[in-house]
Amino acid sequence: MMEKSRRCFLKVAGIAAIGLGAAPAMNFAASDSHGSAAAEKAKSPDALHAERWGMAIIVKKLNDKIAKQITHACHTQHNVPDFTHEVDTQAFPNTRAVNHKQEIKWIWKEKFHYAFPDKEDEFLNEKFHHLPFMVTCNHCKNAPCVQACPTQATFKREDGIVVMDYHRCIGCRFCMAACPYGSRSFNFRDPRPFIAETDPDFPTRSKGVVEKCNLCAERLAKGEQPHCVEASEGAIVVGDLEDPESDVRKLLKEHYSIRRKQSLGTEPSVYYIV
Amino acid sequence: MTKNMIMGGLAVFVLAVLSPFWFNMVTTTQAAPEPELLGPAKQAKKCVLETYDMRANHMSLLDEWRDAVVRDADRIYVAANGNFFNMSLSTGENSCLGCHADKAKFCDSCHTYTSVDPYCWDCHTNPKEIE
Amino acid sequence: MLEIAVKGNRNYWMWIIFLLIVIGIGKIAYLDQFFNGLMITGMSRDVSWGFYIANFTFLVGVAAGGVMVVIPYYLHDYEKFHRITILGEFLAVASLVMCLLFIIVDLGQPVRMLNVLLYPSPKSMLFYDMLVLNGYLFLNIVIGWKVLEAERNQVKPPAWTKPLIYLSIPFAIGIHTVTAYLYCGLPGRGFWLTAILAPRFLASAFAAGPAFLIILCYIIRKFTKFDPGWEAMQTLSKIVCYAVIANLFFFLCEVFVVYYSGIPGHKTHLQYLLFGYHGYNALVPWMWSGFILMAVGAVFLVIPKLRTNYILLPVACAMVFIGAWIDKGLGMISGGFVPSPLHHVTEYAPTGQEIVITLGVYATGFLVLTILYKLATQVKEEVGG
Repeated sequence: MMEKSRRCFLKVAGIAAIGLGAAPAMNFAASDSHGSAAAEKAKSPDALHAERWGMAIIVKKLNDKIAKQITHACHTQHNVPDFTHEVDTQAFPNTRAVNHKQEIKWIWKEKFHYAFPDKEDEFLNEKFHHLPFMVTCNHCKNAPCVQACPTQATFKREDGIVVMDYHRCIGCRFCMAACPYGSRSFNFRDPRPFIAETDPDFPTRSKGVVEKCNLCAERLAKGEQPHCVEASEGAIVVGDLEDPESDVRKLLKEHYSIRRKQSLGTEPSVYYIV
Repeated sequence: MTKNMIMGGLAVFVLAVLSPFWFNMVTTTQAAPEPELLGPAKQAKKCVLETYDMRANHMSLLDEWRDAVVRDADRIYVAANGNFFNMSLSTGENSCLGCHADKAKFCDSCHTYTSVDPYCWDCHTNPKEIE
Repeated sequence: MLEIAVKGNRNYWMWIIFLLIVIGIGKIAYLDQFFNGLMITGMSRDVSWGFYIANFTFLVGVAAGGVMVVIPYYLHDYEKFHRITILGEFLAVASLVMCLLFIIVDLGQPVRMLNVLLYPSPKSMLFYDMLVLNGYLFLNIVIGWKVLEAERNQVKPPAWTKPLIYLSIPFAIGIHTVTAYLYCGLPGRGFWLTAILAPRFLASAFAAGPAFLIILCYIIRKFTKFDPGWEAMQTLSKIVCYAVIANLFFFLCEVFVVYYSGIPGHKTHLQYLLFGYHGYNALVPWMWSGFILMAVGAVFLVIPKLRTNYILLPVACAMVFIGAWIDKGLGMISGGFVPSPLHHVTEYAPTGQEIVITLGVYATGFLVLTILYKLATQVKEEVGG
């Protein structure tokens, strides 16, 4: 009898201890709302809006130089690490050797048969072999990465942009397996030693999170066009796919365009005008 | 188990549980540092919230901000006191560090004192450090 | 009951200490990964899951395999399994502990792990995987413990364990089905995009789990006075036999569909695994040895004379187990990533440190297994003697 009651006591005490542990967390959550009762959050009046942001890439207007410019503009201004960058050993001592297969990229140049592996025709128009195809996140309408993410760290904004919340990402890399376009990169290590000049207008990432193109959401919010558009000398146009009067839609109306792996049903928002 | 063993064990347990107090008795305690207002913050009389609320709840506020910016694309905060802020730690003049110019004296002094190590600066940059 | 675990002979303690040392080394290796990131692994942008997730997948199978003793005993009152049911359940517990550890060591930001609970995402298969894995672990701990405790006190297990036992059966199927769904629901990965993936996973699970159980029975016979029963082991071996044949059959179905249809997005992966692709062929010898091991093991098990041979049976079981590990642990994950969605070929091989961390996880699982089996066998000895 004695034995039994002691066990009961321990069980109850254990359950009570769990309850006590949870209590402060709940208080904290409750304090969230009262601090800013009358406050409001808003978008900048300059912000650009769209029902569904999309991109058209006029491949003919691209060449290797412009392609390089685009990647450079995007990567430097988003603090994407470059693992070929020589590490400043004074600021970052003990930086280990680099595995270049663990690289990070947001927008980059691919040959046609890599960008469109399912359109690899036997007798392809010769010029296609040499054109640089810029590939990036497609901001798919039915994004498999959004579906896969177990924490909603990757999610679709109302305006169609597939964004990552780097604060929330647990680094499971399910989204990387889910993405049919290889558009995602994982921070296998702290990226900072490999950023030549940190752009103060955009955060870097920490080790252990996935990252990708955000269609310059931070610039659209200020009423500016994405970096790639500005660096592309007219080869990249970004606009509202749902607006028949937008530049993107006008281009698509007049020209034949293709999308990557259309047959998968992900509905990419990046169109290639060839 | 003998009575002595149980009592001995209890005594050790009590001593161990109270260890923070012992620790404070043998080490010297310092007064909590006051965050220093420097730069534009010195002139501006009003922050997002009252000082007390800010001290107690800035982490919840920042948590709300980051969800608003990242997830809802809202970047401007109209505070209850009518002031506008850029919901950002470090970008632009109207951000946290844009006003409180010195991170070391504004954020770090208290965080270090309270042994808090928020991971904000793993990604966000202090504009001063970059230069 | 746990007090049994702290009384053991010299061999027992030597083994425990050995496991603790391996765990310690693994832990040191993991701490380095924790502070420096997954850069210490062989994983890359193209092959973003590696050895950890592969072993996780395999061990989910071993855990699910435990249901192969639960179903005959509890659903069909197959008395011969009375003595080994607890072994199956405890094997599931140990395997699941390893599974969960493998998930954790694979995370880039393990401290944010609970975000999965804070922001539940019912569209993500990982959400369901978390539910069924933890559910199955919980069920097996409760069931195994209560049933063993009742046996020790020579009373009937409490009535409420019965519904839990029945519930554990769909959970066992569930853990491996959902784990297969992690892979086979991804549109861009032709290798995994096949409805037969879940059945194939289950077949290899029902082969590898019981095969390992048979080997464990041999070990128990050697080191304890408890005899799991030769007949029970024979029945298990038949289960292994049919399951491994089913696994090979499913694989051949896959090979037929892929090669006869000839669709490149599906074919290139198998081509890489079986014959090499554009000169990359690191996994080819492994894959062939895996299938040969499973096939020869199946032949050993299907012929009654060989199956009933006391010396040959563990050999056949080991062949099946290792074959299944190669199939799932090496081929299944890498195969899906090579070539990449852009048809670049990046090969993957685990680094030494990755293997050390993996061994640390396995040692943790074996520590749990040893302690649980120590309890089970001792209780059975007490009751039997």
